[in-house]
Amino acid sequence: MTTSGSAPQAGPNTAEALLTVQGLKTWFHTDDGILKAVDGVDFSVPACSTLGLIGESGCGKSVTARSILGIVPRPGRIEAGTITFQSQEQGSVELTAMDPTGREIRSIRGREITMIFQEPMSSLSPVHSIGNQLSETILLHMSVDRREAMERSHELLDRVGIPDPGQRLQEFPHHLSGGMRQRVMIAMALSCRPSLLIADEPTTALDVTVQAQILELIRELQAEHQMAVLFITHDLGVIAETCDHVAVMYLGRIVEAGPVREIFHNPRHPYTIRLMESIPRLGEERSRLNAIAGTVPIPLDPPAICSFLDRCPDQMEGVCDQAMPALVQLHPHHSVRCFLHSQEVEGP
Amino acid sequence: MTDERAPTPAPLLQIESLHKYFPVQKGLLRRVVGQVRAVDGVDLELASGETLGLVGESGSGKTTLGRCVVRAQQPTSGAIRLDIEGRDPIDLAVASQSELRTYRQHMSMIFQDPFLSLDPRWTVLDIVSEPLRKLQIVKAGEAEDRVRALIEVVGLEAQHLHRYPHAFSGGQRQRIGIARALATNPKLIVADEPVSALDVSIQAQILNTLKDLQQEFSLTYLFIAHDLSVVEHISDRVAVMYCGRVVESGPTRRLFHQPLHPYTEALLSAVPQPDPDRRSDRIILPGEVANPANPPAGCHFHPRCSYARDICRSEDPPYVNWEEDHGAACHFSTEIELQGV
Ligand SMILES: Nc1ncnc2c1ncn2[C@@H]1O[C@H](COP(=O)(O)OP(=O)(O)OP(=O)(O)O)[C@@H](O)[C@H]1O
Ligand SMILES: Nc1ncnc2c1ncn2[C@@H]1O[C@H](COP(=O)(O)OP(=O)(O)OP(=O)(O)O)[C@@H](O)[C@H]1O
Ligand code: SF4
Ligand code: SF4
Ligand SMILES: [Mg+2]
Ligand SMILES: [Mg+2]
Repeated sequence: MTTSGSAPQAGPNTAEALLTVQGLKTWFHTDDGILKAVDGVDFSVPACSTLGLIGESGCGKSVTARSILGIVPRPGRIEAGTITFQSQEQGSVELTAMDPTGREIRSIRGREITMIFQEPMSSLSPVHSIGNQLSETILLHMSVDRREAMERSHELLDRVGIPDPGQRLQEFPHHLSGGMRQRVMIAMALSCRPSLLIADEPTTALDVTVQAQILELIRELQAEHQMAVLFITHDLGVIAETCDHVAVMYLGRIVEAGPVREIFHNPRHPYTIRLMESIPRLGEERSRLNAIAGTVPIPLDPPAICSFLDRCPDQMEGVCDQAMPALVQLHPHHSVRCFLHSQEVEGP
Repeated sequence: MTDERAPTPAPLLQIESLHKYFPVQKGLLRRVVGQVRAVDGVDLELASGETLGLVGESGSGKTTLGRCVVRAQQPTSGAIRLDIEGRDPIDLAVASQSELRTYRQHMSMIFQDPFLSLDPRWTVLDIVSEPLRKLQIVKAGEAEDRVRALIEVVGLEAQHLHRYPHAFSGGQRQRIGIARALATNPKLIVADEPVSALDVSIQAQILNTLKDLQQEFSLTYLFIAHDLSVVEHISDRVAVMYCGRVVESGPTRRLFHQPLHPYTEALLSAVPQPDPDRRSDRIILPGEVANPANPPAGCHFHPRCSYARDICRSEDPPYVNWEEDHGAACHFSTEIELQGV
């Protein structure tokens, strides 16, 4: 396994990254036109680090995650791009080239790369006991027998902080609280010791005190398992709390990426700057918030101009409405997609 | 308790010893086997024109309290006195439907998603004018004019009037919900998680709108939310609920800076801060949210409280006002040093 000690990058490609996404386009062919949910996304996740993917509802975070796992729902399709993953068993592999239902991807999905969702019930079966579901996952991916799988399930529940694991193994998901279900999901996701965990809004539905427990748990387990995490959320607080690097998404593209301190203390893209200003912060007195005007448009057949244009207070006439800016590295570790910072135009 | 501070006007709303229990039923015969004490003895006051923020974990009784206030739900016991200038005070908790009728126009509610409970075949005009029609406040012909005006007040355009809910974004829908809540020109608005489902950039727009409207129409808000930064931003005073009770309340600044209840301290500490340099040693509460159908004995918070001592396991701490308007229900409020923000 590659354990990178050097400063990892959230921007475009790094040779040693565990996961590298380049030029990813995932579109939905709907009756109303082509919905470009993900429209040219680049980022990389170094081994053992945490990349936060942040953005507002509908900007393409979940579709990006699903593209990585090869589980894009119809009528969606990966149109372009590469997703390179350093598999422990198969070496460097290109995930988009694999048959989404084939054996190759299935030996990676659910094993080397696993995912937890906002609503755990969507991936837990209501009719099977927790113990059955956990041990089935283990049996599917590891060479152990039924008894060993059950023992490992017991250990896992204990590790994710579920009291009385022996009893819980026999219970069904609906017997558990939201926080407990999320713990079970995490146990399941970690059962095969993945090298990459994709966490899609794992704490959004939870109370703040329970959220703090789950974030702490993910952090501990990450260190213990030497695992990388792609953390998807719309909560700037959660990002600041958990991530080493941040990629800010807007309407299907990354508009800014860099180390977490750089993004929070020195944001450069007009959208990131306004986003930081629009949130109320504890202990801070302000009579009004600086809201961003307008709403996120739906990316149906979008024109090739800056997608933040109609909400951007810094827009330049004759420039921003003419082309799509490229994602450009300002510093080795900080990239921005905006004509204020570079004239470079995105290629076709 | 009677109010002896003579010069201050009577509060707009005075909630006393409010209880709302739900039966827990089991089996085919739906036998009642217990009670969910959703609201379990709450005292609160709202002065005219102020915003009281109500926070607390899921299931702590916030929505139930809000619904009792607008009498969408009949309380089990207690008093809810509404004192509107120029009208006789009324106890909403015991008022009959016909008595309530003439008071309904003074109160309304904003929901997390106002369209979940509405017919998707209704237009914006139908939705916003419904309270007017139901309470027969304006004549049929005038309703549309009023709705047109309201729609503009909340920042939408009159051309939206004949559209259906599905054609709107989350933020726009919330604006329609606010317009509906304003329709009858109310004094008191219970806002139940009005920005929780919205994106951060839209959340800021709606919070600003709510503040502007409060100024313009001297509205009083009971603002329910689980996001403490939002509550701090919008509220003059805050009440923290835990397991059906108010465990602390006080002026926003004071409560956030110097909490008097260990649960408030933990809640404040758990909020993820949007500042990577402040990844601090947070207090991670053990255990789960208390179950109001089977609350722990003594102080309901004791199984999760790091300050708990023997007395906490057996004796329920009374709510005590320590400084004029800032109080808590904890045996050791004055002894322990709690950390605020
Ligand atoms: N099955 C689908 N069919 C058509 N469009 C879809 C489908 N799934 C997603 N989309 C569209 O793709 C875009 C991106 O959706 P996605 O779920 O990735 O957003 P997100 O960033 O995860 O948002 P949220 O924060 O709300 O989860 C949206 O415009 C969405 O409407
Ligand atoms: N109609 C009902 N019948 C039975 N129990 C109910 C009913 N309404 C609420 N409860 C229970 O009362 C308690 C308080 O619920 P309430 O919805 O008021 O909590 P809340 O603080 O608003 O929570 P949330 O933050 O999740 O909205 C919960 O245990 C809930 O299950
Ligand atoms: S490219 Fe122009 S419109 Fe787009 S974010 Fe930059 S300044 Fe604003
Ligand atoms: S009364 Fe005891 S258990 Fe309850 S909050 Fe105070 S110290 Fe904690
Ligand atoms: Mg999503
Ligand atoms: Mg509620």
